Amino acid sequence: MQRQALRTWLFLAPAGAWFLCMLVLPLIVVFVYSFGERGAAGGYAPAFTFDNFLNLGSRWAAFKNTLILAPLGTLICLLIAYPLAYFLALKTSPRWRTVLLILVIVPFWTSILIRSYAWIYLLGGQGIPALLNALGLGNPRLINTPFAVLVGIVYGYLPLMVFPIYVALERLDKRLLEASSDLGSPPWRSFLQVTLPLSMPGVATGCMLVFILLMGEFLIPAMLGGGKVFFIGNALVDLFLQSRNWPFGSAVAVALVLVMLITVLAYMRFTRRWAGGRDDVSLM
Amino acid sequence: MTDRNDFISREKFMAELYRYKKGSVTRRHFLGVTGLGVATSVLGAAMPGLRSAARAQGSIGDRVVVASWPNYHDPANFEAFTAETGAAVDLNVFGSNEEMLAKLQAGGSGWDVFVPTNYTISTYVEEDLIEPLDLSKLPNYDPASFDARFAEAGTVNGVVYAVPRNWGTTGFVVNTSMLGDLPKPTTWKEFWDMTKAEFSGRTMVHDYQLTTIGNALKYFGYSFNSIDPKELADAERLLLEVKPHLFGINSDYQPSMRSGDAWMSIAWTGDGLQLHRDMPEIDYVLGKEGGELWSDFFAIPKGAPHRDAAYALINYLLTPEVNAKEVMFHGYPVADARVNAILPPEMLNDPIMYPAQELLDALEFGAAVTLTDPNRAELMARFKSA
Repeated sequence: MQRQALRTWLFLAPAGAWFLCMLVLPLIVVFVYSFGERGAAGGYAPAFTFDNFLNLGSRWAAFKNTLILAPLGTLICLLIAYPLAYFLALKTSPRWRTVLLILVIVPFWTSILIRSYAWIYLLGGQGIPALLNALGLGNPRLINTPFAVLVGIVYGYLPLMVFPIYVALERLDKRLLEASSDLGSPPWRSFLQVTLPLSMPGVATGCMLVFILLMGEFLIPAMLGGGKVFFIGNALVDLFLQSRNWPFGSAVAVALVLVMLITVLAYMRFTRRWAGGRDDVSLM
Repeated sequence: MTDRNDFISREKFMAELYRYKKGSVTRRHFLGVTGLGVATSVLGAAMPGLRSAARAQGSIGDRVVVASWPNYHDPANFEAFTAETGAAVDLNVFGSNEEMLAKLQAGGSGWDVFVPTNYTISTYVEEDLIEPLDLSKLPNYDPASFDARFAEAGTVNGVVYAVPRNWGTTGFVVNTSMLGDLPKPTTWKEFWDMTKAEFSGRTMVHDYQLTTIGNALKYFGYSFNSIDPKELADAERLLLEVKPHLFGINSDYQPSMRSGDAWMSIAWTGDGLQLHRDMPEIDYVLGKEGGELWSDFFAIPKGAPHRDAAYALINYLLTPEVNAKEVMFHGYPVADARVNAILPPEMLNDPIMYPAQELLDALEFGAAVTLTDPNRAELMARFKSA
């Protein structure tokens, strides 16, 4: 018995050490730094002050942008990904399914940085706006707007939403749909009462994945927002890599972690309640 | 001479000729790729400075990591350096000196050579982030041939920490074909006022506190280097008022100016020259109120992993013939008389590279205090996240 416990600990040790060194210790450093002062030439100087937290209001715009665009991006991803995953899981022959699934993954083979560069040109004045202009549909300004950032976000994060939903739908027991149909339910009703509830775990996972990553996003806003659409991640990068105010940057990071913790906990409670009463129908 | 010479097409030849005429490539490059091989070999042999020096130092490793600025290096020179020494050049491009300082302060940058601007060097010395240079490893650096005004910031307390690369000015570029009936702006006041009105949505500013705040200060006639809280508050008010009218905040503004998305941007000499060379409707303007005069340097950070390669690269780029090719490419003036002696006269008379004296007289060198002043740093960060 004791030997088995030892073995368990041994197996857990690498992951535990990684967790401790890469997550717990850095978070403690960030927390301690958030009460410090900016050094004379930037960086960190030890102190104990709440000034950094009192100054958080000066980054309200970045928090606000993130709290609007991250959920909005998640929602748009969901609305596009669900029909796609449904089509892949239920309406495609197995042979085509593999091909189409690979096509969903293929963009991941290229760095998001390079793909965002492509969007800079597509959304720039000589890209899509010029095309629209030639078609007589006006000449809208797209690049460096919240719209451009949303396009980049949806484009970049869509596969992360497609796969969990696809997996949930793929495991769906088709006999349930037959039963529903035999009992006289029209297709739309079978979808709402059988397919959709059973795919909710996939939807919840996809939303969580996309939303959490979006809250910390900085690359897409930096490239497609032209420094004008600022996420909290951009404010953080700026505080560490330009103005070198590590203590204030740490305070913003602590605030971001808290905001995310609260949002994610609320979200989990909400989805659990939503799916709660239906555990009995789940065959998984 | 080489195989590729046999394959040059008529189109390629004309393209190369055109590049050469525009000044984008040197005669040596032109002769090389067009297959005038004998001439190439003769020319090559006539430039002994290009060979030997770096190789004589023996093996310098297989790479050298450089932190520098956008549109600031002729890739052909890096390729030639690699061909000669075996060290591949890994170039990292930055948008501000503050960003470079932040990387070095955080540690583990992995850089071998970086290109700081005059006003930052004393801080690097105080923070112990920069190596004193061993000038015996830089035989191509000849202090006597450099204009002291652009070289002196590299020496702190009598020790040489950095050797001069280029100097230049900070003005703005404007696409004159978009002006309509407007007169061409000549002052920073007009730059900011036009941004709020006719050029709304078409102006860019640097992602760089020194130039963006500095030229906002110029709107009110304050010093480019001011750290006075009241004057900075005025500059912040202007910047926040202008922000909704900006096209973007980015120190690499050439792509947007070239595509026509942006019509006006704070700009440095070389970018002004490169844009004007390819698109004559883009003019480079120095604000009458003044602005920045600057000098960039080569330096080696403490703990550079490929120190020998760093010295070899700096020495290579200071070779007058190589440096002249750099200038032809990027269009920033150099303070080295040996380089100016071999530059074509039309470059030496270029009004973008060498502005009129009364415009130069109004300019200021950046002051060290602007780099470390917490209020300027925070102002810039607030402006961006507003």
